[in-house]
Amino acid sequence: MAMSAQLINLMAALMLLIAFAMLAQRRILSLIYLFAWQGVVLAVNSVIVAWYTGHNELYLSAFFTVLLKVIALPMVLHYLIRKLDIKWDVETLINIPATMLTGIVLVVFAFNLALPISQLAGTITRGTLGIAIAVVLLAFLMMITRRKAVPQVIGFLAMENGLFFAATSATYGMPMVVELGILLDVMVGILILGIFFFQVREAFDSLDLKHMEKLKESGE
Amino acid sequence: MLTTFASFLSQLAQTLLVVLIAPLMVGWVSQCRAWLQNRSGPGLLQPYRVLFKLFEKDALLAHNASAVFRSAPYIQFGCMVLAASVVPIIETNLLFAPAADVIALVGVFALARVFSALAAMDVGTSFGTLGARREMLVASLSEPALLMVFFTPLLIVQSSSLNVIVDTLAHREFAIYPSLAFAAVAFIMVLLAENARIPIDNPATHLELTMIHEALILEYSGRHLALIEWANAIKFTTYCAIGIALFVPWGIAGAGAWQTLPAAIVVLAVKLGLIGIGLAVLETVSAKMRIFRAPEFLGMAYMLAALGMLTLLLLGA
Repeated sequence: MAMSAQLINLMAALMLLIAFAMLAQRRILSLIYLFAWQGVVLAVNSVIVAWYTGHNELYLSAFFTVLLKVIALPMVLHYLIRKLDIKWDVETLINIPATMLTGIVLVVFAFNLALPISQLAGTITRGTLGIAIAVVLLAFLMMITRRKAVPQVIGFLAMENGLFFAATSATYGMPMVVELGILLDVMVGILILGIFFFQVREAFDSLDLKHMEKLKESGE
Repeated sequence: MLTTFASFLSQLAQTLLVVLIAPLMVGWVSQCRAWLQNRSGPGLLQPYRVLFKLFEKDALLAHNASAVFRSAPYIQFGCMVLAASVVPIIETNLLFAPAADVIALVGVFALARVFSALAAMDVGTSFGTLGARREMLVASLSEPALLMVFFTPLLIVQSSSLNVIVDTLAHREFAIYPSLAFAAVAFIMVLLAENARIPIDNPATHLELTMIHEALILEYSGRHLALIEWANAIKFTTYCAIGIALFVPWGIAGAGAWQTLPAAIVVLAVKLGLIGIGLAVLETVSAKMRIFRAPEFLGMAYMLAALGMLTLLLLGA
């Protein structure tokens, strides 16, 4: 196997590892660091793919990934948890070992899902598509199993990382316009969600989203 | 005939080597820990002195101790020597290697553990029973994780014999195996749990609320205790040797390559030294966790090992 393919595989494995680490993580602060590291791995992966395939726009996307996902978003999240004064342990709905086992099942499912697709693909990154899907599903799982708002948002961002990774591995990245659009969306989304956090806390005195359940209409 | 004799010699030398340097390895780790904690430390040879002292003393037995209690130390010691003799550390030409592959090796460890738990319950003290229960809790979780760790290199090499695994892995051309990295991390976690080290257990404690391993051997004294301590040292060194054989096998001499033997011994010493430093750092920076956190820790190890296998199957690396 070529060296670059090996490096890409290594990056894919790291993505998966970080996704699982996020699933197992109890502290919000560590979650943010893990998210930043995921951005780093993503950017490095883009650079490797760009260097190997000669798709120069991937360098640009790696640059934006570092700028937004490694520097800007973690800073915003840091600011948020400092302002909201939340460094507590994350409460999970299901205990962590059970979440992990579910995660493994999800990975097996994703791998099976990706197998026929990657057999048809001729890209150097074809093996990593399964991992990309797995990362998306694991981020989904994290959003489902977390009770508090901030970890859910981090789960959402991690899911976006997974999608980005999937795009890189399936088709050497999305068109630049789409990519920029998504990045902008994520940025704006985070700002809006940040304001939202303050509103939620103001209304319920907590960021626990189960309080939102009483917002539903009473069936008559 | 000559080759059998040669492999017999190499087998004898390697087994003796592991058995004899095992206390040194334990001493090295505790010395490194002492240095990291700004203490001067007991010296590298302290485990030997302790063993010597214990062998000198009389063995006291409880009135109701049965044959299980008396024979358990010998069984444990024998198991560990057998385990030590199937792991290639300086040369892959081992006579006993066909006797046990990696899966049987897990069984040998399990046998020793069953007897230590039985012996702990034999006298009927509450501490012994408590220790046995905790030991079994940890073991029941670490054993599947250990097997899972073994499956990744096993699938890469397509053989379960440690000799073949080392021969193949050490002499292939360099390739990055992310799956092996996962398995290695999982293996380190299992090593910590199985050898009663921080964060699962603190071997230096005698605090009844937290001890696992110490509770098991509380009733032993004299030569019995010496044998158990020695067996544990051998177990620890064997685990390190397994880690070296699976994940960093470079430098282990191939069968019959006599001229590379001196280099292999030096490389082994360097690797063991580095492992000792690494473990000491790991144990110094982490705190002992509550015993009910142990399932989570070992569940993580199992998951990492399973993940390693999955990445191997998907990426082929």
